[in-house]
This record gives sequence, structure tokens and C-alpha cells, in this order.
Amino acid sequence: MRQYVAKRVLLYFPTLVLISVLVFLLMRVIPGDPAIQLLAAGGDASYTEEELAEKRADLGIDRPLPVQYVDWIWGMLRGDLGLALYYQRPVVEELSPRIPITFEIAILAMIISIILAVPLGIVSAITQDSLFDYIGRAFTIFGISVPIFVTGIVSIYILARVFNWLPPFGYAKLWEAPWENLQQIFFPALTLAIFQMNFTARVTRSAMLEVLREDYIRTAHSKGLRERVVLVRHALKNALLPIFGVAGWSLAILLGGSVIIEQIFVVPGLGRLLIESILQRDYNLVQGVVMVFAVTVLTVNLMVDLALAWIDPRIRYG
Amino acid sequence: MVSPAEQPRTADTPLREGQNPVGNAARTAAKAIREFYRRKRLGAIGGFVFLVLILLIPIGPAVAPFDPYSPHGQFKYAGPGTVCDSESACRENFGKTFWFGADQLGRDTLSRLLHGAQISMRVAIISVLVGVTAGALIGMASAYFGGIIDLVIQRLLDTLMSIPVIILALAIVAAFGASVTNVILALVIIFITGSGRVIRAQAMAVRETDYVLAATAVGAGPVRIIMRHIAPNCAAPYIVFATANLGYAIVVEAALSFLGVGAPPDDPTWGGMLAVAGNNFIEVSPWLLLFPGLVICIAVFSVNLLGDALRDVLDPRLRGAT
Repeated sequence: MRQYVAKRVLLYFPTLVLISVLVFLLMRVIPGDPAIQLLAAGGDASYTEEELAEKRADLGIDRPLPVQYVDWIWGMLRGDLGLALYYQRPVVEELSPRIPITFEIAILAMIISIILAVPLGIVSAITQDSLFDYIGRAFTIFGISVPIFVTGIVSIYILARVFNWLPPFGYAKLWEAPWENLQQIFFPALTLAIFQMNFTARVTRSAMLEVLREDYIRTAHSKGLRERVVLVRHALKNALLPIFGVAGWSLAILLGGSVIIEQIFVVPGLGRLLIESILQRDYNLVQGVVMVFAVTVLTVNLMVDLALAWIDPRIRYG
Repeated sequence: MVSPAEQPRTADTPLREGQNPVGNAARTAAKAIREFYRRKRLGAIGGFVFLVLILLIPIGPAVAPFDPYSPHGQFKYAGPGTVCDSESACRENFGKTFWFGADQLGRDTLSRLLHGAQISMRVAIISVLVGVTAGALIGMASAYFGGIIDLVIQRLLDTLMSIPVIILALAIVAAFGASVTNVILALVIIFITGSGRVIRAQAMAVRETDYVLAATAVGAGPVRIIMRHIAPNCAAPYIVFATANLGYAIVVEAALSFLGVGAPPDDPTWGGMLAVAGNNFIEVSPWLLLFPGLVICIAVFSVNLLGDALRDVLDPRLRGAT
């Protein structure tokens, strides 16, 4: 166990470094000098060479790339991600109020999708090749084919036209105004969940099918255990492992989807910030947001792997 | 890992193309398609629908009734079936019908959809072909050489995979600028990471086989072994992965256009047309939402059905996995 944990944790850090290098380099490819943009945005397009040089020194982009990178990483370790060029505010200040919004949507979406998908997948697997299974499978393939932005606009349209109601704009904190918060978060999360549940249902179905063919299931049956006990205690318990195993991967899809869903539902989360900062070519902000997403996915994947190893001895000895 | 050849023959045993000697390729293909249709009807129908959509790339602009860019001020938000009966507004389009209605500038939805296939379908096909093939080459090389090369490549792919796809695509488009070419670039990078890993897994198994050992023993070089011995045996997962991701490419392209960082907003793209519906949803006419949404869903659904059926037939080990 200890060896597995050490190996897995040791893999985490190089990946983290590599990702920061990639994000950093990607943002330096951006055409156009941010200093020029800032000066031009100031109103007058006329500036002297000295002004430009001064601005570049101000932003720290006149230094060699490795120096900038080390500076950026050093800042990040101290919780300083630099200045958002457009807002002229620290990136951290822009990020931190938005992180809980996006994560709340993603987590709620994950909960809803699991509630919907796991029973569907299990029943589908138990009644393999029945009409229910067939319809369920067709439904999940179709569900995967309907992009989040289509579901999103359709649900907004239905809410507005049929129910004459739209989620209140903005974001109320969960602890301060729970009811308003739920109104704002529920439909974006539901839309994401409707998309995500198809993957979860398919994973559940195939995991359950695989487990049902195991010897210990036959043993349990031949011991004369009741069907329910066999299914819940023997089959489901083992089938849940792969479902849990794709949690990190699901989170990545949900976080990506939240970018789109926040745009549709006008939720001021990380995704909306990312789109804004891309359109404003604010690369300090873009790299900050991308790092938050990447670090989250990496960390959740690490935790899932460690938890799996802890639950399932086959992994840590395998 | 059990190779398909060792599996007991059941009703679902993979079709084995390449069993026949060289020659008669067309007849073999026709037979394989007939057999595929017999066993996987839904998948075959999906494949047929997708083929029709591919044909829209050359045919679409020719059959489109209107110019996709020309606005008709009097027909903003016109409903489906509205006839262009105003001499002053329509000029060269007089008497034509907006079969699918018109958008916020009075541009014909059907014509924009037909032209949209140019961008949406082409982006999907090019990015999948280039990305999955490049990924397959990288994956096979990674598996064949092993050691430090394998380690570095896999770390790099792992790293790229830990960024959610849409966000990676957004970051790439942000860095290189919003254009169709850069959307393709983003998709290619995404597909390289996926297929690099999938194909590597298969290539690892193939590398251990006796025929690769035999080829090495008679002095075949790495290029020959990879291209002549490993590649043909990675064809099944390659085809499955490529088909499965065609739908994905369409969705990502549409999402980027929808978010306003794909093709320029004036250009007709399926995702961009939905963005119009999304941004004007209060006054929007449902058909602005319906038709582009439907086309995207049909395209993705058909190719997903095909992909699912192909996976069942070519790679039974993966059945039911996502």
C-alpha cells in the first residue's frame, strides 16, 4: 500500500509541473503584445518607445521566459497569480469568489446524475437484452449525442416560455440565501446532469454486467441467498468501484460543461470568467483559470486513485 | 490480453476483414458492409445518415436556395414556410420559400445549415483523421520503443488529458486566435492525447506477439515492424476510436462556435446558429433553436450509433464501455 501511494503521489508532482509549463508557454504564444494593448486601451494610440518599454517592465514581460515562469510559479506557491490585465486586479481576487459557484454546480450535477443513472444502469444490466435494456441503451446513446448547449437552451426556453420563470441572475451564497442559491444553481446543474447521466448509466451497466458473470455471484446464488441480497451486497458493491473510478473523469467533463452552461444561464462562475478573459486576451487570467481547472482534475484523480487502492486490494497489489 | 483471433466463435465474433487474401477488395468490402447491416441494423442506418451528411459538404452549397450571408430585413425571425413575396426585400430571391424560417437578420436558416456542413463536418473529419492518425503513430512508437521515450510521451499525454477538453480547446484557441484552422488544431491535439493512449495499449499487446519477434529476428527495422506488423493489428481500435470521436469533434466545434471563439460569427456554422438562438432566447422563434439543434443531434447520434455498432463488431472486449 505504502509503495503504491508513494508511486502515485510522486507521479502527481511532475504532471503538475508539466501542466504549468504547458499552460505558461501556451499563453506566451498569444499574438499581440499585452503592453501595446493596454496602452492602446488607454485611449490614445500614440505612445513613445520609452512608455512601451516602461509598461513592459511594469508587467514584467521584458524578462526572459524562464525568469517569468519561475516568478509565476513562486507567486503561485504564495497564492499570488499576478494581475488580471484587463481589470487591473489580482487574479486571485477575480478567481476566488467564482470557484465555489462552478464547483457547486459541478458537484450538484454529479449527485443528480448518479441518482438518475445508477438505478437505470443496474436495472438495464439485470434485465439484459430485455425491452427495458434496449430502450435504456438507445436513450443513453441518444443522450450522449445531445450537446450540453442544446439541452441548456431548450431548458431556458421551456422555463421562460412555458413556466414564465427564469433563474434569478447573479449568485447568492449557499450559506446566506440557500433558497435563492438553489434556484440559481439547480437548473444549470440539472442540465449538466442530464448529459452526464448517460455516461454514468453506461459505465454502471457494463460494470454490473461484468460483475454478474463472476464466480462469486454464482456461488452466492447457489448458497440460496435471496436475489436482492446477491444483487445489493455482492454485485452492486463491486460494481460501484468502476463507477467511483471514473469520478475524476466525470468531474473533468462536468467542469468543461459548466463553461458552456454558465454562459447560457448567465452564472458568474469560473467558466464565464474564462470566456471573458479569452475575449479580452487577458492571459494572466486565462492561465489562472486553466490552472485551477487542471489542478482540480489532477487532485481529484489522485484522491480517487488512492481511495480505490484503499478500498480494493487488487489495485494496490496488482 | 486476448487477441480477437483467440476468442471462441459466437454470434458476435468480430468480422475479420483481412482474412481474405489480397484482391477482390471491393467485393470483400461490399460483403462486409452487407454483413454489418445484417447484424447491426441501427449502426448501419447511422452510418448511412452520416454519409448523407458528409455528402452535404460538396452538395450543400449547390442546393441551398438562398445566399447564406444575404439578410432580408423584412423577414427577420420569419417562420418556416414564409414565402419571399416582397419585391423590394428579395430581389434575386423573389418567390423563394424560407423552408426553415429566417434568423435575426432575415438570413435563410436552411441555406445556412446546408453551408454550415462545410465547416462543421469538414472540421470533424479533418481533425479526426489527422489527430487520431498522429496519435496512433505516436502511440505505436511509444509502445514499440518503450523505456524513456514511452515514459516521456505518456507523461505528456497524461498531462494534456488532465485539462478538461473544452477548456484545453478554449486555451488553445485563445493562444492562437479564433479561427476554423485553430479549432482544428485544438481538436487534433485533443485526439492525439486520446488515441495515443488507446493505440499504445493495443500496440503493447501486439509487440509481445511471436510474429513481431519473428520479424525482429529476420532483421526488420522499427519502421517496418511498426507499419507492417503492429499497425494492421491496431486497425480495429483505430477505426472504433476514430468513429466514436467524429461525433465528439462535431460537438466541440459547435461548442466553440457557440461560445464565439470558433469560426467568425457571420459564417454559417451549426453551433454559431444556436448561439443566435441562445442570445436572443426571449424573442427567439423556436425554429431558430430547433433546426440547428436537430441537425447537430442527428449528426452526432448517427455517428455514435455507427461507432457503437463498429465497436461491438470489431472489438468485443470494449462492449458496453463508454
